Amino acid sequence: MSTTTQARGTGAVPGPSGKAPAGRSAFTVRALAAALPSALRKLDPRVMVKSPVMFTVEIGSVFTTVLAVLEPSVFAWTVTLWLWATVVFANLAEAVAEGRGKAQAAALRRAKEHTSARRLSGRGGAEETVPAAGLRPGDLVVCEAGDVIPGDGDVVEGVASVDESAVTGESAPVIRESGGDRSAVTGGTRVLSDRIVVQITTRPGESFLDRMIALVEGADRQKTPNELALNILLAALTLVFLLAVVTLQPLAAYSGRPQSALVLVALLVCLIPTTIGALLSAIGIAGMDRLVRRNVLAMSGRAVEAAGDVNTLLLDKTGTITLGDRQASAFVPVGGVDPRELAGAAQLSSLADETPEGRSVVVFAKREFGLRERTPGELARAVWVPFSAQTRMSGADLGEDDGSVLRVRKGAAAAVLEWVRDKGGHPGEEVGPAVDAVSAGGGTPLVVAEWREGEPARVLGVIHLKDIVKEGLRERFAQLRAMGIRTVMITGDNPLTARAIAAEAGVDDFLAEATPQDKLDLIRREQEGGRLVAMTGDGTNDAPALAQADVGVAMNTGTSAAKEAGNMVDLDSNPTKLIEIVEIGKQLLITRGALTTFSVANDIAKYFAIIPAMFVAVFPGLEALNIMRLSTPETAIVSAVVFNALVIVALIPLALRGVRYRAEAAGRLLGRNLLVYGVGGLIVPFLGIKAVDLVISSIPGVVS
Amino acid sequence: MGQTLAGLAQIGLLLSLLAALYVPLGDYLARVYSGRRHLRVERLVYRFAGIDPDTEQTWTGYARAVLAFSAVSVLVLYGLQRLQHLLPLSLGLPPVAPDQAWNTAVSFVANTNWQSYSGESTMGHLVQAAGLAVQNFASAAVGMAVAVAVVRGISRRRTELLGNFWVDLVRGALRVLLPISFAAALLLLAGGVVQNLAAPVEVTTLTGGTQSIPGGPVASQEAIKELGTNGGGFYNANSAHPFENPNAFTNLLEILLILLIPVSLTRTYGTMLAAQGAGGHRHGTALLAAMGTIFLLSLAGVTAAEVSGHGAALQAAGGAMEGKETRFGEWASALFATATTSTSTGAVNSFHSSFTAFGGGLVMLNMLLGEVTPGGVGSGLYGMLVISMLAVFLGGLMVGRTPEYLGKKLGSREIRLIALYTLTTPALVLAGTAVALSVPGARESILNAGPHGLSEVLYAFGSAANNNGSAFAGLSANTPFYNTALGLAILLGRFLPMVLVLALAGALAGQRPAPATAGTLPTHRPLFVGMVVATVLIVTGLTFFPALALGPIAEGLA
Amino acid sequence: MLWLRQAAAGLRVLAALTVVLGLGYPLAVLGAGQLLMPGQANGSMVERDGEPVGSRLIGQPVEDPSYFHGRPSAAGEGYDPLSSGASNLAPTSPELLAAVEERRAAAAELNGVPPEAVPPDALTASGSGLDPHISPAYARLQADRVARERGMDPAAVAALVEEHVQGRGLGFLGEPAVNVLELNLALDEAAEAAGAGGAG
Repeated sequence: MSTTTQARGTGAVPGPSGKAPAGRSAFTVRALAAALPSALRKLDPRVMVKSPVMFTVEIGSVFTTVLAVLEPSVFAWTVTLWLWATVVFANLAEAVAEGRGKAQAAALRRAKEHTSARRLSGRGGAEETVPAAGLRPGDLVVCEAGDVIPGDGDVVEGVASVDESAVTGESAPVIRESGGDRSAVTGGTRVLSDRIVVQITTRPGESFLDRMIALVEGADRQKTPNELALNILLAALTLVFLLAVVTLQPLAAYSGRPQSALVLVALLVCLIPTTIGALLSAIGIAGMDRLVRRNVLAMSGRAVEAAGDVNTLLLDKTGTITLGDRQASAFVPVGGVDPRELAGAAQLSSLADETPEGRSVVVFAKREFGLRERTPGELARAVWVPFSAQTRMSGADLGEDDGSVLRVRKGAAAAVLEWVRDKGGHPGEEVGPAVDAVSAGGGTPLVVAEWREGEPARVLGVIHLKDIVKEGLRERFAQLRAMGIRTVMITGDNPLTARAIAAEAGVDDFLAEATPQDKLDLIRREQEGGRLVAMTGDGTNDAPALAQADVGVAMNTGTSAAKEAGNMVDLDSNPTKLIEIVEIGKQLLITRGALTTFSVANDIAKYFAIIPAMFVAVFPGLEALNIMRLSTPETAIVSAVVFNALVIVALIPLALRGVRYRAEAAGRLLGRNLLVYGVGGLIVPFLGIKAVDLVISSIPGVVS
Repeated sequence: MGQTLAGLAQIGLLLSLLAALYVPLGDYLARVYSGRRHLRVERLVYRFAGIDPDTEQTWTGYARAVLAFSAVSVLVLYGLQRLQHLLPLSLGLPPVAPDQAWNTAVSFVANTNWQSYSGESTMGHLVQAAGLAVQNFASAAVGMAVAVAVVRGISRRRTELLGNFWVDLVRGALRVLLPISFAAALLLLAGGVVQNLAAPVEVTTLTGGTQSIPGGPVASQEAIKELGTNGGGFYNANSAHPFENPNAFTNLLEILLILLIPVSLTRTYGTMLAAQGAGGHRHGTALLAAMGTIFLLSLAGVTAAEVSGHGAALQAAGGAMEGKETRFGEWASALFATATTSTSTGAVNSFHSSFTAFGGGLVMLNMLLGEVTPGGVGSGLYGMLVISMLAVFLGGLMVGRTPEYLGKKLGSREIRLIALYTLTTPALVLAGTAVALSVPGARESILNAGPHGLSEVLYAFGSAANNNGSAFAGLSANTPFYNTALGLAILLGRFLPMVLVLALAGALAGQRPAPATAGTLPTHRPLFVGMVVATVLIVTGLTFFPALALGPIAEGLA
Repeated sequence: MLWLRQAAAGLRVLAALTVVLGLGYPLAVLGAGQLLMPGQANGSMVERDGEPVGSRLIGQPVEDPSYFHGRPSAAGEGYDPLSSGASNLAPTSPELLAAVEERRAAAAELNGVPPEAVPPDALTASGSGLDPHISPAYARLQADRVARERGMDPAAVAALVEEHVQGRGLGFLGEPAVNVLELNLALDEAAEAAGAGGAG
């Protein structure tokens, strides 16, 4: 499990390509054809120069074209055409990768069009209608049901339900309200009900939607640090081979076999790392695209790379590791009370408790004891006591048939025990230890008691509320450990509770009773030790930590401050996604490394094809190097050039999809990738070139 | 005992001796370069030179000191040769010609010891001992100093300082090279290597002819020549000369001296890493394993080629004994040749030009690998570290992390330096060879026609740019063109990489290392060793395959 | 300024190193050698009748058929210690091929043996051009000729050759070899003792 390559249907950005699952199926002949015009436009040298490898090929192609015009021959034109094909294939790869983003961008743009804003002027609150593009940070705008929110901002007044599907692809409306952590609204989303006043926080052109469009289009795509470094290496390799080929001519002349410029250019193009050079930018675009498909927006490619390097993941307990709320998991009767009786009382006393914990007691009693859930109205003569923060109890007062009143209560242990004492009861010997036992196990104890007027109140038992760790997380954390990533759980719970949950979830460490400052300090400490930290956050008080973390993923439901501080935004607001983000980061780097290795390993076969072809006439012994037994020197050279071009096309799907990533230790990962892309890269071209040679030789008239 | 068994036993003894000395010498070196105390004689040197031995230098300061010292050394050595006739013990020899003096000065300062001169007829005893032999010590000490500075750059964290070049230089020369050389010189003396200040003595031979028996301070120079991977022979015939290498014992001792420091420095590396908590001995062992793998592969290849005696003339003779001494034979000659070309030494006990095509091609390849198996004193270690980082770059990507070596990230700046380092020597070799084959006059220096002639030129530039110094000696290299061109190749091939690798060390020293986790590329396992070996072979193979195809390969397949 | 200061320091360090390593060290080795091992330090000279006749380590040019011959030499005109060195001819060199064939024919004729019996070291020049040794095979091949030329008992000469075969060091270092000068000297001594008289 957990390969990041699997397609996910949820939350895709709308638009034609957004629906296409990632992978091979996205790469069709139609996609290629659609990308062709764009690929041809990219032949502009000013564009090509950004990739030193492919720029070299383009210069070589121009050169051979001139040669072919001056001295036309079938051989010259064949080589020339395939050299041009090499360049076009490279551009095609990039264009296909970009094309997937373009469609999404178009959909996003539609949300932006024709937006006007109802701006509140400074004094008196008069409204004026202005174009959305004219809004400045600090402006206040009014949005009512049916309005499109004209820009990013925070709700400063009112509450509304908002349709954010234009941005998130999620059709269910969300609530946005002033104050708190749900105040951020995004330009381009639509207000469905009520009226809110929004304070604009971004300049026009820099809104979330703008950045998103730019991102998916790859418009302002800058080379990431690792991409730059790899480009330097590729440029150096190009230089080495340029040198080897240029200096070959005097050596060849000395040997009595000077080579034609055409053959030397063909040799050069075959040697320089065209495979990775052609696919490098497509790999980068596709990596970002994979994030977008998972509804994560990375503000920079740098952040995606950093994700691959993360050593420590900070995960909030609530919502990430555990389900949002605690749930009843056991009833512990005391003083010989029948468990069923306790369950009944617990359920009764929780019927008026609308908190998730209260609901869970009702559900648990029903599930475990078959007690039917009763609605408050169903029981006559019942007075419901809802849960309140002051009393920390809920319950019911039931009029019995004999006119007496039975009062049942459940709530925080201290509150209920005090109530019992008030009503003349005595908690009993067993309650204390039972409560402590639940606490020690990381759970929350609730006590259930009843009091029949005229009798002393008595404790019935304890409800064990516990955090429910999400399914599959333990395995996930084990995988992360295998990848060398440490997980730290952040929680406001006391250390005892935190430890128990940490143990159950299988995280490596925890930070209990954490304040935002503690979180920030923890990040700094980790970074002092040279570790890269990733975290998620949504609240305004998370902002400093999000900014400090190397990878800070803000939840889309969070505040503008949080979204500004992080370098990624998760439109699904799913904190568990951090793990996928790390995997995508790693996959991006692995794909680059694997294709570079493949590209370099390919050269060995090409040498064995071309060098004997060049010199066998003067040194017949070199025929021994022609281990592929290629038909003639000409077919050998053409075969190498053709293979070199075709392998780019063949690898476009891999570049777009990314190399398969498995969560395991680096050593095993390296071993497998070396085997597949290193040894594979050694062998494949021998077969490929031979195959091309067989095809070419079978064309009548080629081999005389 | 059969020849094969004896040859294997000889290799076995060599490896056992190296293994026995590996830990003690490696750790001693680490102590020398890490200690805080100065010997009294060292304090005297520092005071005399006006150096504060307790301050450290940044990479620029360190590089500046390396270059300044080397520049001064070139000038002094050039001056000594040009003024030879005015010096005592000159044996009446005239001053060395300007182009040859330049070539020789650069060559000895750069630890190359390419010799376009013939020792017995060009250099007096004083120039040999006080000029050339001093540079044998100094250039080796410079190489070790730079290697140690690079190790500091890798092992230290968040600092700009790489150590003090002057201290490293003086300690390397006085505490390491001098005592070992002295002991080795005595052993060589016992074996028959001469040590006197006499002029050639004329004797009447048994059959009534006359013969001039030369003298000279050979034993002292021979020891450091091998220990410092210098290789410049006192006599033209180098270690084939019976006065430099009289028997099979001295032969084995010389091979041991050649390999001793380059091999042990990998231990020093591990020890220094461990002392800083930046790694451990296993990282040094991994480098050694990579070096050793290629060395043994090469040794097997060269030996097999020589024993096969392939080639028309050799087959006619019934064995590859042309250019080889009877007392050494094929096995000990192949062993020496592999050791000397794998270490940037360039001393020879047999003449590589007359080796079989593949044997000669392999010893040439040893140099073209960049002298990293195990390479020259110091330069082998830092060269191998750079190659390892190149391997880490690709391997690191393939485990899904920004590449890092011992926790230090290899970003744009680092990879730029690594790329330039890797580019430098191939560029010099290929450009030099191409120019030499294009310049009309330069072609006339070639002795043998056909592919072997190309090999002579390729070998010369490969040897010069990689600071080896051995030759396919048929090439008449004492011409203004070759003296100048090879001198440039030597100079740039030595000092450009040094500056680049020091810059790399500076960049690494400033970093805060990331801790190693299960997700980090392990840089000590066999898999990594295999990657490094593959990187060395593939990078070199791809660069030089066309040239080699027209040289030794064409000759061998003819 | 920085550069100049470094260069000045470098010059002084170089001067100091020259004193220690360029003068002190070789002189110390010189002293030790002259004191402890004067024979080796001065070239392992061999004397006959008080007169030096050469170095045990340096091969000599021998044309006289009544002596054992060394290998072909590329040092100067042959065995010139002031011009040590090898032929550097390629394994594929036509020149070397011709030389080898010529030497084989000459050696076969001189020694009266079939051409294929001549061992490789007799046909190839050594590295130094001063190789003091020949292979035991080549020495054995010459024994009959030398005995014939001198009128000595072939068995005695053959025994002398076997006496002078030096095995491999420790049994496995290098190759077995025969020192030509030592063998020739012993030959003369044996001849004198036998009263047969040797050629000059």
